[in-house]
Amino acid sequence: MNALSSGLRIIGLGHAFGPQPIIDQISLELPRGRVGCLIGPSGCGKSTLLSMVGDLAHPAQGHIHHDFHHPVFVFQDPCLLPWRDAVDNVAFGLKAQGIDCRTRRSRAHDWLTKVGLETSDSHKYPHELSGGMRQRVALARALAVRPDLLLLDEPFSALDVGLRRQMQSLVRRLISEHELTALLVTHDLAEAVRLADRIWVLTPKPARLAAARDIERPFAYRDDGFVQAEVGNMLADPAIAAALAMVEETL
Amino acid sequence: MQTRGRGLRALDYLWGGWGVAASLLLLIALWEAGHAAYGTLVLPSPRDSFAALWKLAEAGRMLPAIWDTSINALGGFAAASVAGGLLGVLAGASDMMRRLLQPIATLMLGIPAIAWVVLSLLWFGGTGFAVSFTVLVTTAPIVFAGSAQGMRTLDGALKRMAQSFRAPWPVLAWDVYLPHMLSYLFPALATALALSWKVTVMAELLSGSGGIGDGLATARVQVDTIKAMAWVVTVVGLLLIVEYLLLEPVRRHLQVWRREMPGVGPSATAGF
Repeated sequence: MNALSSGLRIIGLGHAFGPQPIIDQISLELPRGRVGCLIGPSGCGKSTLLSMVGDLAHPAQGHIHHDFHHPVFVFQDPCLLPWRDAVDNVAFGLKAQGIDCRTRRSRAHDWLTKVGLETSDSHKYPHELSGGMRQRVALARALAVRPDLLLLDEPFSALDVGLRRQMQSLVRRLISEHELTALLVTHDLAEAVRLADRIWVLTPKPARLAAARDIERPFAYRDDGFVQAEVGNMLADPAIAAALAMVEETL
Repeated sequence: MQTRGRGLRALDYLWGGWGVAASLLLLIALWEAGHAAYGTLVLPSPRDSFAALWKLAEAGRMLPAIWDTSINALGGFAAASVAGGLLGVLAGASDMMRRLLQPIATLMLGIPAIAWVVLSLLWFGGTGFAVSFTVLVTTAPIVFAGSAQGMRTLDGALKRMAQSFRAPWPVLAWDVYLPHMLSYLFPALATALALSWKVTVMAELLSGSGGIGDGLATARVQVDTIKAMAWVVTVVGLLLIVEYLLLEPVRRHLQVWRREMPGVGPSATAGF
């Protein structure tokens, strides 16, 4: 990992809200083109760490180095503008980049198709879309700006199991097709195994690195049996089991 | 599809006009009953009032009065919208500004409109400017409150999303803040506009600076209840025109993205 030529490198990251430390000495590296996953109990500081990588917050200690030019977020809440229809929501990021109206709407239409929305849904407002459709619009909005780093902050946790699986497959396919680097935050170990090339397990607050695992098997071959076996293997590690004990309780 | 949707909405709106017409006719029937009970001196009949209205129009007094009143009301309202709106944005964006401006707005809201009329007449004399100034100071705090509330209540998640796309301030203002603020600002503006007409007529009545209020003052001096009712009908007509030809269509346009109430209109699509 010392030979990391391009990608994300976090060194000695620490952060606190007031006197309460929430992140303590976290160091990790994510090479370009890989999918990393931070897993830990709710409220352990995973999302804060992701915000710092995306430059929405600044760390109190340590450094974050990366050579990505367009990091984008997909949040747990789709955060769609309720007063804009699906096309204009997808076009929002493009508008922020100063792209002209015709081009951004055309690209927004293309992306809505890519994430699986019907043409007839393009002009629906967020309240007229189902939860899964809203999350697809949010994903299209993020990918439309041609990002090189995708920051996924528990984007599927509000969806039911069936929709979650569909969205996981869609995201992983789009990541592969567009050769993106992605950093995912979740508290679902099976989701981490299903999507990530490298998993970092964080302890309860303050978040420290409890363990790191690489998932070598290509995404296309990660069937349910593999995911279950891998989850079992990981939980057999006492450090991981201890760190995730609170996750199991919250689930 | 969209054009068809708009056409249907326009038809729906026009059909809704029957309800308004029925309501107005009921009011006129009650007015006629009141006239029958109390006589012309107290409450002239609708027929006499509308005839007087027609005479005023024929004499060429109606349109100049409507023009003067509209200029006074809309001038003050426009100034109040700009001043109240901008100060509200400042108060919504900064806690310090809110703490500074909120008590002033509360104080101004507490001063009766009639007191502002008297002060304006003392400061500026019986001119149209005095009337517009009265409208400005009585309605600006209402717009201020709506604007500040709209600015303060934007969902933090939406701000964070916009920040994550590094949206420049014009995009942030146009696509994120303004549509949210309009939910608060529009009702405040509608209230302020309705109040503008009332305050204008009151100020004109006392200042003698022309307009519908001046016509009412003349009718009062002449103890001409029929003419007074004709002027009242005029100002009510103005209010109705502004409400149903301007405010209501804008209100409907702004509300199109809102969730329908259960059982009203098309429901949310359930499929994935």
